[in-house]
Amino acid sequence: MISRRWPYFLFAIWILALGSTPLWAGNYVVRLAITIAMFTGLTLSWNFIGGFTGYPSFSTAAFFGLGSYVGALAQRAGVPMVFAWALATLLVGLFAAALGGILLRLRGHYFAIGSIGVVEVVRLLIASWGSFTGGGDGLNVPFVAGGPDVVARIFLAAMVGIMVAVFATTVGVDRSRLGFGLRCIQQNEDAADMVGINTTIYKIAAYTLSALFCGTIGAAYASWTGYIDPNESFSILMTIKVPVMCLLGGSGTRFGPVIGAAAFTLLEEFFWANFLDYNRAILGAVIVVLIFFLPGGLLRMPYRGLGTRIGRPWVQPKAAA
Amino acid sequence: MSTPILKLDRVSKAFGGIHALRQISFALEEGQIVALIGPNGAGKTTLVNLITGVHRASGGRIAFRGTDVTRQRPFQAARRGLARTFQIVQPFPRMSVLENVAAGALFGGGHAGMDEAMAAAREQLEFTGLSDLADRPASALTLAARKRLELAKSLAMKPHLLMLDEVNAGLNSSEIDGALALIRSIARRGITILVIEHVMKVIFSLADRVLVLHHGELIADGVPSDIAGQQRVIEAYLGEKFARRIARAETNG
Amino acid sequence: MAYLQILVNGVVLGALYTCLAVGFSLVWGVLNIINMLHGSLIILGGYLTFFAWHGFGIHPLVALPVVALVLFAIGYLTQLLLINRVVSEPVLTTLTLTFGLDLILYNFMTVYYTATPRRVTLDLGVVEISGIVMPVDRLLAMTLALLLTGILYVVLRGSRIGRAIVAVRMDRDAAALMGIRVDRIYAITFGIGALMAGATGAVFAMMYPITTNLTTTFLGKAFVVCVIGGLGSVQGALVGGIVLGVVESLAGQMVGPQHALTVGFALMLLLLLVKPTGLTGIRGYE
Repeated sequence: MISRRWPYFLFAIWILALGSTPLWAGNYVVRLAITIAMFTGLTLSWNFIGGFTGYPSFSTAAFFGLGSYVGALAQRAGVPMVFAWALATLLVGLFAAALGGILLRLRGHYFAIGSIGVVEVVRLLIASWGSFTGGGDGLNVPFVAGGPDVVARIFLAAMVGIMVAVFATTVGVDRSRLGFGLRCIQQNEDAADMVGINTTIYKIAAYTLSALFCGTIGAAYASWTGYIDPNESFSILMTIKVPVMCLLGGSGTRFGPVIGAAAFTLLEEFFWANFLDYNRAILGAVIVVLIFFLPGGLLRMPYRGLGTRIGRPWVQPKAAA
Repeated sequence: MSTPILKLDRVSKAFGGIHALRQISFALEEGQIVALIGPNGAGKTTLVNLITGVHRASGGRIAFRGTDVTRQRPFQAARRGLARTFQIVQPFPRMSVLENVAAGALFGGGHAGMDEAMAAAREQLEFTGLSDLADRPASALTLAARKRLELAKSLAMKPHLLMLDEVNAGLNSSEIDGALALIRSIARRGITILVIEHVMKVIFSLADRVLVLHHGELIADGVPSDIAGQQRVIEAYLGEKFARRIARAETNG
Repeated sequence: MAYLQILVNGVVLGALYTCLAVGFSLVWGVLNIINMLHGSLIILGGYLTFFAWHGFGIHPLVALPVVALVLFAIGYLTQLLLINRVVSEPVLTTLTLTFGLDLILYNFMTVYYTATPRRVTLDLGVVEISGIVMPVDRLLAMTLALLLTGILYVVLRGSRIGRAIVAVRMDRDAAALMGIRVDRIYAITFGIGALMAGATGAVFAMMYPITTNLTTTFLGKAFVVCVIGGLGSVQGALVGGIVLGVVESLAGQMVGPQHALTVGFALMLLLLLVKPTGLTGIRGYE
């Protein structure tokens, strides 16, 4: 039975590697580890609605941004940091549950667009409510006491902790009735309905799960950086990167998001460091290659047919005479 | 007389301007095997869709085991014990045969946990003769096997009423015989069955009672041998001209 | 009287939005692909026009058809070689692919052209009709936009290719069985989408400064127009464009220009939930 557990062992080693960076590496690596942990958490969250349920949500930035603002505002009002994070989690979860009830009636492209629209509307609302949220100028968040090393360790622990929590939730859901039901919905929503699954409730649950931890991560991010503004918190680039990371690793699996987020972030960092001017283009190229050659993600690579997997073009049927 | 298991009272359905069903009224007794027949486009599948909540009736009431279910949603129908199969089979393609049936057991059949559901699923696979294919992905099955899968999945939902929508379409003669035997053994379990069929052999060998639908109206309701001779039924299937010819041929000896 | 001015402004803006979105709408309606490249293609058209004017002294009106053809070729090839391979894949895949391609295009444009705003300055003055003031270049832009849209409409309606495109939009498999080369139609449609984008960019360059920062804005507008008006048809883009233009103009007046964008998006969300097929009711794929 050891063979079935080895991915978990590897993951444990990975967690140790990330968590131990302050002990053997400089600030740059520690910051990288925090970023990887952060995106792993976001990607694992997205996996609930995008991977398990098959609804291509682009709302990650909305939840992250909302979480960062709730967290920041709470902290500025004197709420202790960790409670501010909890508050952010709760409010973002409620927001997603309420929104999901309406948004999840849409499918496919329309759902995707609606979910992006949410990001834009929330961003613009926050940006215009200047008196409360600081508008376009952004918000300062009270700093955590201690030098940069201490701060880094605290937030590394926080982000890694959140990442582990989301992973545990993933495993729990995957084993449960909810997970099974979501997979049914993903493969054939009408059949799922007919078999006795209350698809509306299940989808809302998945959407809410996909939002919860994004709120926590957003709030933690605000505390870490000490300053947030609407453009950074509600970044369209982030909201698209996260699903891509999940695709890269293998969406709908337990470890896919972990692998995908790590691989993507490391690649991105490498390109940024070495090809600053063209880093976006290279990222784009990576995405294109991913789509054509790794349609199932790294986890599902068909090792045998590696060279031939290019994707399915539209095939003209043999027309009648 | 006990409460009929299914009672339709002047049920109608209109899609925009098209009246798919008009004033349909009938009652099914528990334990019956009833056939629903009628030419293509008569509204048979629409009727099943209404009963299971896929569409909402434009008028009338539907009662299942005494409860008004006119406004129910499909998943509620499933949980209440109202199961149906599809003409075009709808499996969960990437799940195994076992998982497909377990889905029925878990969500529709009300089993408590995954293990129980799997056990119940295995039972249904045995019953329908699919045990060998338990671990194959549903998309890899032949048509006949897929139809059995649909059946197994529906049975796992512990239905009181099972509606079979053209289960025999696309099957050859021996496969049909197999299906018939299966349906009979299901009925022996006490499940009421409504079959939508075109194949006369099935109707005559199986059904206690036949309902005939034509242009959305119920034009006949009775025992198979009576129905076959009814003028309106022949007209519906063969058209007025032929029906008159046959009637003339019969009277002329 | 002020409201009439706002309305006219809105209609002029709307005409531009129509032209902006019609290519996007066509690609979405026919290929079922959301083309994330659309915004960048518009900017590309604008840049090419600017550099034709700045570098070679070619008048934008002359450059326009050339730019349009260049963009058509780019679109056609991109579809044929790359996008065609994922046409049957789910939403996330196609969206991600076009996003990836967009990153590449965007990066090259930023590096090559830099983000400095460029604008073709044609000092054409201002015109006034019964109290309504309108800069001539805006009028020119509106006319061109409507003209291009009109030509597209006629082509779709009247030519064989056009009717084939509409056929594929209605029912791809039936069209294939009728002998229509669907893969060619896909490539042509995408090419037309790119052409309209480039032409719109050329028109824009005549009145606004062009910069790569605008790509997402234009893409967003295209989305909104499609959802408001309905997919895959010129009429849909027209209705959606005019409505958006007027709504933004009114909103700009009532709540300030910076909120005009929010109102547009909020309207789109509202329509998505109430009537996703848009005001002209032509359903896109799901």
